Amino acid sequence: MKPIFKGVKNIFTGAVEIVRAMGVTLKYFFTRPVTNEFPSEPVAVYPRFRGRHVLKRYANGLERCIGCSLCAAACPTDCIYVESAENTDEERYSPGERYAKVYEINMLRCIFCGYCAEACPTEAIVLEHDFALAEYDRWAAVYTKERLLEPHHPPHIVVRDDEVYLSGPTWGKIKAKAGT
Amino acid sequence: MDPTIITTIVEIIKILIIGTALMLSFAAMTLIERKALARFTLRYGPNRAGKFGLLQPIADMFKMFFKEEVIPTHVDRLVYLIAPALALVPALIGFAVVPLASQPFVLPFSQRLFGASIEITPWVADVNVGLLYILAVGSLGTYGVILAGWSSNNKYSLLGGLRTGAQMLSYELPMGAALLSVTLMAGTLRLNELVQLQGLWGGLGWFIFIQPVAFIVFFISALAEAGRSPFDLPETENELIGGFVTEYGGMKFGLFFGAEYVHAVVLSFIASTIFLGGWQGPGVNAYPFLGVIYLLIKVTLVIFLILWIRASVPRVRFDKMMQFCWKFLLPLGILNLIVTAIGVAVYNSILGHW
Repeated sequence: MKPIFKGVKNIFTGAVEIVRAMGVTLKYFFTRPVTNEFPSEPVAVYPRFRGRHVLKRYANGLERCIGCSLCAAACPTDCIYVESAENTDEERYSPGERYAKVYEINMLRCIFCGYCAEACPTEAIVLEHDFALAEYDRWAAVYTKERLLEPHHPPHIVVRDDEVYLSGPTWGKIKAKAGT
Repeated sequence: MDPTIITTIVEIIKILIIGTALMLSFAAMTLIERKALARFTLRYGPNRAGKFGLLQPIADMFKMFFKEEVIPTHVDRLVYLIAPALALVPALIGFAVVPLASQPFVLPFSQRLFGASIEITPWVADVNVGLLYILAVGSLGTYGVILAGWSSNNKYSLLGGLRTGAQMLSYELPMGAALLSVTLMAGTLRLNELVQLQGLWGGLGWFIFIQPVAFIVFFISALAEAGRSPFDLPETENELIGGFVTEYGGMKFGLFFGAEYVHAVVLSFIASTIFLGGWQGPGVNAYPFLGVIYLLIKVTLVIFLILWIRASVPRVRFDKMMQFCWKFLLPLGILNLIVTAIGVAVYNSILGHW
């Protein structure tokens, strides 16, 4: 007789568990979805998120890049190609002697490590926050200097202004946030 | 014109409307299921095609229609082509005996137009063995699945089909036991009379309150019979690469899909008719058409319950499922039947006729 009782008990504990599980799902049925509808709703990235590169300018409009190729040397995947040329007084692009005539980054190879930004002596190349980098054409993924130079602020990507992440140690707060 | 001809035409139109409505319910179910499952898992579900994704079924249908009709060379051609229809038709015709309202409606203006009052019956057929019809038609759907599995000439399909056969035939028994308990108390197999009996005691006469165990057994068996989660063993993607639908594509796959959804809808109708009081509700005696609305509300609730179970309960293992059927559900159903039989016998001997 004993195994029968055990089986019946198992069935009833199982039924109770199923009812409890259904309670959990019903609770979530009436909760707001957590989905972020990406193109129509902006995605908030962290301030130090490493996305697509941008070539910076000085306030007076001159390019920061001096064509030194240190970024290309630092790049672990060899995805940066720099060809420098001399500035003249008639054609002046950057404050120093030389500027980057050609500056290309192959985004298909880039691993977004940020070594180029670290190596840059003039802080000309910076990894900013755009991550939506899909292209229809393979060759369009090789970004030219013109594309990299433009101020790039896609509307669907915002930087998270989250006090929790910016002020002091965060481990306790993040844990509390994740738990709720 | 002769009233019988008009009645026939009216009946044919009614059947067409109901058949179309069932096929549309398949389209609606695909959307409702995806939406509901998405909300259960904190997502939005389809919301790109039209407002709230309402055009998603139409988009899916166009996709299905315009897909290439591939017929693999190694299949048994005739059986392979017939199987989807054999799966869909039994699911559709199970609806025939469900009474949508208590009594026939008189066709508006029929007296003035045709010289005789034409009545529209709110059911397709008032079969006097309605419950038996449901059981018989329900198990016919197994043919489509088994033949699909066999004709595909593919071991996964065959295993899926065999599994489904075993599952559907096994769960017929507890379902029959549960329905028998109800029949014993009601003393009739006609669905409309069953619903009428449930009008006693102002809503407490529903068989779900009188026969709760029978309802649970019936509902679980119905889930297994329709191949709904957690008993959707026929189409386990992870172990049988889709089971019997592996070799099917395009609209033939769509028909199997439709069969599953229509089966679920029809079983919801049957469950609400037999156990939840069918068209019973406040005010049906004065306004019979309210019964349709009550029935639809009950069906919606049952469908929601089915989706809710799908979102909550993981798929069971095949041997566990058969164990559950033969070692628990069937004994429980038979026990319930015996208790009901004793109760009815005692009641009859003490108080005379039931």
